[in-house]
Amino acid sequence: MAIHTCNLQLESMLKITNLSAKVDGQQILKGVNLEVAAGEIHAIMGPNGSGKSTLAKVLAGDETYEVTGGSVSFQGQDLLQQEPHERSRNGLFMAFQYPVEISGVTIANFLRTALNARRESPMSAMEFYGLLQDKLKELKLDDSWSTRYLNDGFSGGEKKKNEILQMMLLEPQLCVLDETDSGLDVDALKIVSEGVNRMRSPERSIVIVTHYQRLLEYINPDYCHVMLDGRLVRSAPGIELARNIDDQGYELIREQANA
Amino acid sequence: MSDKPLTQPEPIEIGAYTAGWHDAGAKYSFRAEPGLDENVVRQMSEMKNEPKWMLDFRLRSLKHFQERPMPWWGGKIDVDFDSIYYYLKPEGQSSRSWDDVPDEMKQTFERLGIPEAERQSLAGVGAQYDSESVYHNLKAEWEEAGVKFLDMDTGLREHEDIVREHFGTVIPPEDNKFSALNSAVWSGGSFVYVPKGVNVDIPLQAYFRINADKAGQFERTLIIADEGAFVHYIEGCTAPTWTSDSLHSAVVEIIARPGSRIRYSTVQNWSNSVYNLVTKRAVAMEGATVEWLDGNIGSQLTMKYPSVMLVGEGARGEVMSIAYAQDGQHQDTGAKMVHVAPGTTSRIIAKSISKGLGRSTYRGLVRIHSGARGAKSSVDCDALLLDRNSRTDTYPYIEVDEDSASVGHEARVSKVSEQQMFYLMQRGIAESEALALIVNGFIEPITKQLPLEYAVELNRLIELEMEGSVG
Repeated sequence: MAIHTCNLQLESMLKITNLSAKVDGQQILKGVNLEVAAGEIHAIMGPNGSGKSTLAKVLAGDETYEVTGGSVSFQGQDLLQQEPHERSRNGLFMAFQYPVEISGVTIANFLRTALNARRESPMSAMEFYGLLQDKLKELKLDDSWSTRYLNDGFSGGEKKKNEILQMMLLEPQLCVLDETDSGLDVDALKIVSEGVNRMRSPERSIVIVTHYQRLLEYINPDYCHVMLDGRLVRSAPGIELARNIDDQGYELIREQANA
Repeated sequence: MSDKPLTQPEPIEIGAYTAGWHDAGAKYSFRAEPGLDENVVRQMSEMKNEPKWMLDFRLRSLKHFQERPMPWWGGKIDVDFDSIYYYLKPEGQSSRSWDDVPDEMKQTFERLGIPEAERQSLAGVGAQYDSESVYHNLKAEWEEAGVKFLDMDTGLREHEDIVREHFGTVIPPEDNKFSALNSAVWSGGSFVYVPKGVNVDIPLQAYFRINADKAGQFERTLIIADEGAFVHYIEGCTAPTWTSDSLHSAVVEIIARPGSRIRYSTVQNWSNSVYNLVTKRAVAMEGATVEWLDGNIGSQLTMKYPSVMLVGEGARGEVMSIAYAQDGQHQDTGAKMVHVAPGTTSRIIAKSISKGLGRSTYRGLVRIHSGARGAKSSVDCDALLLDRNSRTDTYPYIEVDEDSASVGHEARVSKVSEQQMFYLMQRGIAESEALALIVNGFIEPITKQLPLEYAVELNRLIELEMEGSVG
């Protein structure tokens, strides 16, 4: 089931072919196909348990999930053969649904380590702090943010903003946002979506996994897909599909998919 | 923006021991026969040309060492006392100039970065090689202020009255088996005296290196801060990795007179063949503060519990301790706080990390005597386990005989979660580096209190630790 035919003139960023995966013996992904071209933003929607978060984590290389079939090509290379840190260094970034708390590690120290991990020679401290300050400003975050411990005692909204900060600083080629909008109030949602929009570029692709169309209204995806029971069952250009779902829920699509 | 991250030490690379090389060309002008008896003690004392009272002190200590049974608690001490060399005197004299230190030894200390650290950030440096000090120097401005910073043997020769008055008063030979051993065969170590009101605002450092196989190192340190004085003393230790065991058994006595403050920082990075059985204790008089910062990264077995006897009103004691136990290591460390006077306060923060089959033990005592009105103590121990088979134990003893005292105690054990590792790796950080980052974060509450000067030294040790272990 080829869901999306990309413009052949655009270079393929991500190509997922018949991907299946399981966790704790349970098959979650049952043959996912998706192709994302450079510069495109794709939204993947679906009800709870449909497998959309699993897809994000499998792409990032979370070892709790076992890939049972299919293939993923990322910038022409076999993604599934790469270690999680290699995927990151090669330009894949996942914004976590539940960012992990690590006490004692300042955001500045963490980000500098992460940034230098992908560079041949380390960035100087001065240059790094200049860069960090710029990004903090863009996200309307205070300078003192960088001395806080990584997600330690952060509110849900702060954690999500922190994910966007990391994304902006690391400048990945492919961003996978796993329910970044959940738990955000309207103001935070705006800040996050502005951050995502600023990341938009012809060389970068973004995959947004989400429950609601809310975030998508701010971002205007190129394509929307619906995931049901481990497969992408519908897709359409623009935001229309997301709006339909917001109006009608997933039932209609489920009926059509089963028909 | 805070500049805190700039001064932070780089992550500790949890790799192979890298100070395990030895200097094969080392020359000794004297090497006692292995094993310990009265002859060895008499021979040492005579060679050092000591006063009779010191010889008597040594002999009394030897007798106690021989009679005293091994501690029944703590780690497994499997030392063949008969095969240890108790006195290894390297060639040459203790010198004030690196130029006069024999080349091999000089190279050793160069390789460990000591002269460089001295130039950059220290008020004075001592370097001991096996049994004797080979270098001791204090910058002129501190000497003019009346500060004494000498190796202990020189201290005894030049300031016999002060030494005789205080030596063995904080830790008598009879305190424990290993304080008795040290008292019998002590050699080297530091003698520090800071006169009234003198604030030595950059640290003094002593560096201890064991080089020989089956060596015993028994340095003896006495630090006295007179009224209102301040001094920060840093101690660093490494040794080659030998297949047979070495023994390091130091005694450190600290006397903080009224209103003074002494900080004593150790980064112990002995190789895995060293037994590190050390007694460290301070007396804090009225309004005085003693802080022990105790980092234990190396050794096969360490048993060390820096203590503060809070004997003067309002005295304050603090121990911050970091222990890191890898395969084949047991860090049995902790602290003791004894509150005797009213209004005394103490704080113990102990953090341990166990990796692989490593074992860490926190063993601590807070004792509040009757009459120590309003004494306050807080104890906080955190253990981090990196692997399924890593082990940690906690033995916090608290004895309170004073109703108006308050004591708080918290202990936690945590593990590095797969989710934490995955999160860091998703940001491009490789597995070993991710682990180091988590470990550094765990000890950060302690390392962030280090002055920059100390961070420089710690960085140096960590770089050595990383050398050759980065794949």
